[in-house]
Amino acid sequence: MHIPDGYLSPATCGIFYVVMVPIWTMASKIAQKTLKARQVPLLAIGAAFSFVIMMFNVPIPGGSTGHAVGGVLIAILLGPWAACIAITVALVVQALLFGDGGITAIGANCFNMAFVLPFVGYYTYRLISGSSSSTSNRRVIAAAIAAYLGINCAALAAGIEFGIQPSLFHTANGQALYCPYSLNIAVPAMLGEHLLIFGWIEVIVTALVVKYFQKQDSILQKGEEL
Amino acid sequence: MTLIKKLWIGIGVLILLSPIGLILPDWFKAGAAWGEWGAEEMQELVGYIPQGLEKLSSLWNAPLPDYAFQGWEERGLAHLSIAYIFSAVVGIAVTVGIVFAIGKFLVRRED
Repeated sequence: MHIPDGYLSPATCGIFYVVMVPIWTMASKIAQKTLKARQVPLLAIGAAFSFVIMMFNVPIPGGSTGHAVGGVLIAILLGPWAACIAITVALVVQALLFGDGGITAIGANCFNMAFVLPFVGYYTYRLISGSSSSTSNRRVIAAAIAAYLGINCAALAAGIEFGIQPSLFHTANGQALYCPYSLNIAVPAMLGEHLLIFGWIEVIVTALVVKYFQKQDSILQKGEEL
Repeated sequence: MTLIKKLWIGIGVLILLSPIGLILPDWFKAGAAWGEWGAEEMQELVGYIPQGLEKLSSLWNAPLPDYAFQGWEERGLAHLSIAYIFSAVVGIAVTVGIVFAIGKFLVRRED
């Protein structure tokens, strides 16, 4: 889901940077208000987790690859704003040091994976878990559904960003300037592979770690998210 | 052992296991992620390289492209796995460093 340089027009990239600036500003303001010194290591672990889990490429035999993001898990444990910060840092490092995701597309990639994904995941988790006890199975199920919805909404967003390119930006003879696949191909491709395969990796990872945290001296139990 | 320590160990284990994310796609002959093809692959897929894409795709030269050393594209999986683990260590060290710096900058002094 790491959109490389050249797949989105400079205008599209610019818009997503403009959209992300207030989100990043809000995230740092909220973190400033609520982040406690002893939560910083957990935030760092969250960013490290997101970074490394994105390296686990899962193949579709003979086809493409994809991966989990781990971002819904961070949102459940530390809140969506903290998750936004952690995933943003991981994505920026991936783009700058490893060329994974374009530098022009950092805004769009952060919108998909550091904003849509943790926020959809977080509010789905809150809605489904309701007032259930912090160690209930309902919370694990809520986390699983949240993970599935979060990553698929992010994939849908990426599919739309890819898919609007050819009709907006093309040469006089109709050749695409950037991503050549339109919405009717890009959205089913991005969403389909995440609905069928990669989304389930996010589900498994999220549910397992939430279950693990339920058994530990739990951050979930204290409800100390940002 | 504190929970934080256990989680760091978990991250370490994931780093060591990360080449799975390199080896499995190779075994199952899977290509690039959708929408992450290089210019030559694009030529094969649609018969041309979109002009804007061609111009922008070489905009940035990452020091460790695709989690490997520059010029290691033709190396075998064993070499690439070592580069992958090295990349994970470097990437996570930088990521963690930045988060701690942000934390230091943002955190409340009381408590």
